[in-house]
Amino acid sequence: MQLAGANGAGKTSLLRIIAGFSVPDEGEVLYQQQAISQVYEEYTSDLLFIGHKTGVNTQLSAIENTHFWLQASGYKKPTDLYPLLAKLGLIGLEDVPVRTLSAGQQRRVALLRLWLNEAKLWILDEPFTALDKSGVAYLQDRFKQHLSQGGAILLTTHQDLTAQFNDLKTFTLEYRY
Amino acid sequence: MIRTHSYWLLFCAVFNKDLKLAFRQRSEIINPILFFLIVISLFPLAIGPEPGLLARMAPGIIWVAALLSTMLGLDKLFRDDFNDGSLEQLMVTPYPLSLTVFAKVAAHWVVTGLPLVLMTPLFALLLNLESNALLATLFTLLLGTPLLSFIGAIGAGLTVGLQKGGILMSLLVLPLYIPVLIFATSAIDTSAMSLDYSGQLAILGAMLAIAIISAPIAISSALKVSVS
Repeated sequence: MQLAGANGAGKTSLLRIIAGFSVPDEGEVLYQQQAISQVYEEYTSDLLFIGHKTGVNTQLSAIENTHFWLQASGYKKPTDLYPLLAKLGLIGLEDVPVRTLSAGQQRRVALLRLWLNEAKLWILDEPFTALDKSGVAYLQDRFKQHLSQGGAILLTTHQDLTAQFNDLKTFTLEYRY
Repeated sequence: MIRTHSYWLLFCAVFNKDLKLAFRQRSEIINPILFFLIVISLFPLAIGPEPGLLARMAPGIIWVAALLSTMLGLDKLFRDDFNDGSLEQLMVTPYPLSLTVFAKVAAHWVVTGLPLVLMTPLFALLLNLESNALLATLFTLLLGTPLLSFIGAIGAGLTVGLQKGGILMSLLVLPLYIPVLIFATSAIDTSAMSLDYSGQLAILGAMLAIAIISAPIAISSALKVSVS
């Protein structure tokens, strides 16, 4: 499902409400027919959120960041991250502080999580920002894989995804004064 | 991938990350100690080096310096995590935020409070503190500095969303430090008169116990307000 809308229409605000950071003025967010505040533990177990601020610490390396995220999310450390790092073009850069990497590479470090989680629902705010063409292609492949495994993705982007995803639903927010 | 939810693993992950970051930027560890040292050495210069006077003032000086140097690192406690989005990531984990916060405050204490406790014998020498009062100073700092970290973290959590929250945080937090200051300096004064000071230590211990239980809840609520 794609959230569309002009700049300032409230895409990020809506995502943050759905992820449970903000409380809506009206209405409520339900997960499996229950308010998310009631089932927050199960909800967050099934949720992967990557926002504008990606949660990558720039003092730490790609590996350290990923290990920390895995541990903080309750996953066991995977034995070998290198095949994945190679796939995303981060090999050779895995041990340097992330602040020395380019914006696109930093984004890739954050997106490593997409390959390392068991969450059913992904909430992604502008995941394609700063990525090059091959990065976008890898990401779309991963999206398809996730969808074929029965997962759901809620994202905002200004890219046109209708060509790649035939069951894409678009929800457009309008800017109101 | 196997998923195991263990509070202990989360605590270790957060604690290790913060310690690793602190040791990578050593200024975070060294600055509070140097600040403490400089504040303490300013007093003899300002009020005169008579040993009797210094020994009389020493508990107050040490404790005020400890308060101020704890404040130094507090502003950074949640700011980096807030700015880079780690705080949001830690909120959408299946773990309670109060546990994460507890680990962060513990790491903050190890980085800023523990070195002060360990350096106290040296500072006591500078201020001509006698051995009886030195022991009391050590005990009060050992119980008091974690208390300072916990109380201060509430202020840090409330002000993390503000651009220049440092001063506001000091204004919020320093009045809350007053009870700690009163009982800690009273314990050292009592010990200098060779009297029993276990009462004051017990009160500090009780305040620490309450802070350990309730402060993480307050801090995590403050952070949720700041993030939303």
